[in-house]
Amino acid sequence: MAVDTRKCVGCSDCVVACQTENSVPIGFCRDWVVEVTDGTYPTLELELRSERCNHCDNSPCVRCCPTGASHYDKGGIVVVTHNKCIGCGACIASCPYDARYAHPDGYVDKCTFCLHRVEKGLLPSCVATCPTKCMYFGDLNDPKSPVSIMLKNRKYKTLIPEAGTKPQLYFLI
Amino acid sequence: MATRRDFIRISALGAGGTAVAWPLVRNFAKELVDPERFIFEGMRRTPTYCEICFWKCAGWVYKNDKGDLWKIIGNDEDLHCNGRFCPRGTGGVGMYNDEDRLKTPLIRTQDRGKQVFREATWDEAFTYIADKLKKISREHGPECTALFTHGSGGKYFSTLLKAFGSPHIAAPSYAQCRGPREVAFQNTFGEGVESPERTDIRDTKCLVLIGSHIGENMHNGQVQEMSVAIDKGAIIITVDPRYSTAASKSKYWLPIKPATDLALLLAWIHVILEEELYDKAYVEKYTMGLDLLQAHVKGMTPEWAYGITTIPPEVIRQMAREMGHASPAVIVHPGRHVTWYGDDTQRLRAVAILNALLGSWGRRGGFFKPETASVPEVPHPAFPTPKRTWRTEFPDLYRLSDSVLANGVCDATIPDPSRGCNFKAWIVNGTNLIETLPNQDNTIKAIEALDLLVVIDTMPMEITGYADVVLPECTYIERYDEIRVSPHRKPQIALRMPALKPKYNTKPAYWMARELAKKMGLEAFFPYEKIEDLLDWQLKQLGTSLEEMQRIGVKTFERTADDLYFAPDEEVEFGTNSGKIELYATAFEQEGFDPLPKYTAHEEPPAGYYRLNYGRAPMHTFSRTSNNPNLTDLMDENSVWVNPKVAQEWGLTNDQYIHLRNQDGKRSEFPIKVRITERIRWDSVYMVHGFGHDQKRLKRCYGKGASDTNLITKVLVDPLMGGTGMRGNFVTFITESEEVKS
Ligand code: SF4
Ligand code: SF4
Ligand code: SF4
Repeated sequence: MAVDTRKCVGCSDCVVACQTENSVPIGFCRDWVVEVTDGTYPTLELELRSERCNHCDNSPCVRCCPTGASHYDKGGIVVVTHNKCIGCGACIASCPYDARYAHPDGYVDKCTFCLHRVEKGLLPSCVATCPTKCMYFGDLNDPKSPVSIMLKNRKYKTLIPEAGTKPQLYFLI
Repeated sequence: MATRRDFIRISALGAGGTAVAWPLVRNFAKELVDPERFIFEGMRRTPTYCEICFWKCAGWVYKNDKGDLWKIIGNDEDLHCNGRFCPRGTGGVGMYNDEDRLKTPLIRTQDRGKQVFREATWDEAFTYIADKLKKISREHGPECTALFTHGSGGKYFSTLLKAFGSPHIAAPSYAQCRGPREVAFQNTFGEGVESPERTDIRDTKCLVLIGSHIGENMHNGQVQEMSVAIDKGAIIITVDPRYSTAASKSKYWLPIKPATDLALLLAWIHVILEEELYDKAYVEKYTMGLDLLQAHVKGMTPEWAYGITTIPPEVIRQMAREMGHASPAVIVHPGRHVTWYGDDTQRLRAVAILNALLGSWGRRGGFFKPETASVPEVPHPAFPTPKRTWRTEFPDLYRLSDSVLANGVCDATIPDPSRGCNFKAWIVNGTNLIETLPNQDNTIKAIEALDLLVVIDTMPMEITGYADVVLPECTYIERYDEIRVSPHRKPQIALRMPALKPKYNTKPAYWMARELAKKMGLEAFFPYEKIEDLLDWQLKQLGTSLEEMQRIGVKTFERTADDLYFAPDEEVEFGTNSGKIELYATAFEQEGFDPLPKYTAHEEPPAGYYRLNYGRAPMHTFSRTSNNPNLTDLMDENSVWVNPKVAQEWGLTNDQYIHLRNQDGKRSEFPIKVRITERIRWDSVYMVHGFGHDQKRLKRCYGKGASDTNLITKVLVDPLMGGTGMRGNFVTFITESEEVKS
């Protein structure tokens, strides 16, 4: 997935759309918005971006999960099987992006890239709802997917690359 | 003056009236099950149009397999939202789920000398209202009744009021928001900008935002089209003393000194004329008054404006050239909430003139020509002719206003022996007047003089506490409403229907208005048994039906006549006095106002004070959403933005709670959190409007943050049309140590 920071207005629609689509309880979230301001008045820069699980290729959460609840699913998407999860929280501690939360029902939850929708050919809820259409989703192995095209044509960055997790969430800058 | 009317917190009420008929809801869901409508894995969807703001996006309400409300998403066919709701619309589920909703009708009574609400049946409530209205009509005339309305249900109460004999239907969205813009454009182009705005942002090459915060205001279509414009490489110029979200997306940000925008606009007109950057053929063909304008702006050079606005002359010139190069695909955006300094109509006239010179009105990438579908009215008897209007009372004021002024009605309610008519009854539908009208003390004084105040809302608001009768409306998710028609690139209609049965003892506005009409002997004006009958009749005239609209939600029609833009060399008759685009506003001249805009300096903050600017957050629509569980989850209080230099001077730290005090000594009711940020100038502070609620029943938002309205005691009234300018207030900080001293 790629998020275009030039278009994101930080409205948080992606957060509400995820909460309703995935019945995330109020007070918790699978995605969130970050605002970074740089400079001094009047020479300023502002970046707004929508963040979530990076579905890392080298995920510390999958490695540290004692029950195998956290695993790589179709297309490399990192998923937690709720009924296998014992809620120990090791993965929450291991994630450099703080992408996971303890669900009040006793398991750990996080972004699934809306696998249940993607399997049906629908876009993830946040991507489908974002009013600025600033998110692109698709298969990075397919050069014709919208996300591959964006990454080919635009400058981008990933978050905390030094953690070595090989994050799969890209920010167009 | 003794307070005849106490503010009542509805929390004083017991838990009665909360019996939810859950089994009923389930049954209802079953009844409506129709295999054709199972779209998504057995999920049922019903059409709606969103009521969280005036943009009225059309979408679908989805329920889960248990029949409970699941999510709301946009309808792909809808021109307002293109299948994508904004965060508030997506969070609309919270409006239904909010457990603080009004649950049953309430009537104000005395209990041991104390004013309280008692729960009432609908019949009692309607009898109470009808008796009072009839008495007011007998003693003072029906014209002494006014309706304040915001939102869809207002239509039915308007019919009721007109049938009763009063023309006084006021929408605070006029004089408190976009009125000056409409008057300025009507008197230049003969037409207003309307809502949704006719700005062709998606095809523009240059978008100039002056005091418009697209991205923080989530006027959905505008936000979406600005994103398209960014993709297409349009040049965005943002003029704002604050580094807004839009400013951060712009190629150029002009950090103007607050309250000086008109000087910048006039200097731009000067440069565009001087350097002949205007669309000559267009100006010659369609406009009048060029020579007068030329003479008028002669001395208004960028050097002159520099001293006023702090924007360097070369920047002013460069921006004018950018606009000129993009012409006619350029939009100097007219904004929406434009009631700032009392000379707002004139400022918007300068905006209109700029657009006229650049030839953007009626051109691709400028302003398109919208079309609206017309829904036939069901035949009913003619409305009685009112004997007087608020104009009779204020004959010489605000002559260019074409709407009833909410603040005008408010002023005419405060008893004054020199006037023949003082308003005696207000019906307030879906607008929290206490927070909407500036100068709260004035509003409360007016309310205290009323014989009857009826409030219709879904939530207990500040205004609810002053009501004699409270009528709880069900949310838009639980009701039918009038068919949505609005001007757009193509005529389109949208249906709202109930997805769920009303929770609690709540009812739709159309039902309330009709029941009241029956009590008052006015049912002839509501000649239908059920709203479904009315809607089906109307829809059939349009070549569709209720049944079809329940399936598709939105229907688009072809444009009837012409193109979205003027054809080359098209002869156009504009709706102005001269039939031309009036650079020189002849109607203003006739009424004794400046036919060409002049800059006047506005008051500046005294030492130790900062101009109070307010605005929007993308996840809230003022009071309407401030208690919404989904949306308070995103933002549950506002903060006051302070420049780091100012913070240092005052010893303020981030996240510290302070009070604010304005130039008239008014102190914010609740403390507000400090946000130290480079994004604000040192001469002003900023906060998001719609917080600092004083209604305890709003459990999630009571006392959270500060209310800007509370601090807006000075109102700069626009002499042309009565708009209430609210940006002339200054605040200072009250820190704890100061608090101890005083
Ligand atoms: S919905 Fe889109 S524009 Fe809004 S915050 Fe999320 S990513 Fe940004
Ligand atoms: S992809 Fe789905 S689960 Fe992940 S943040 Fe977006 S909406 Fe939530
Ligand atoms: S802009 Fe947002 S709040 Fe307004 S009608 Fe559309 S979805 Fe609803």
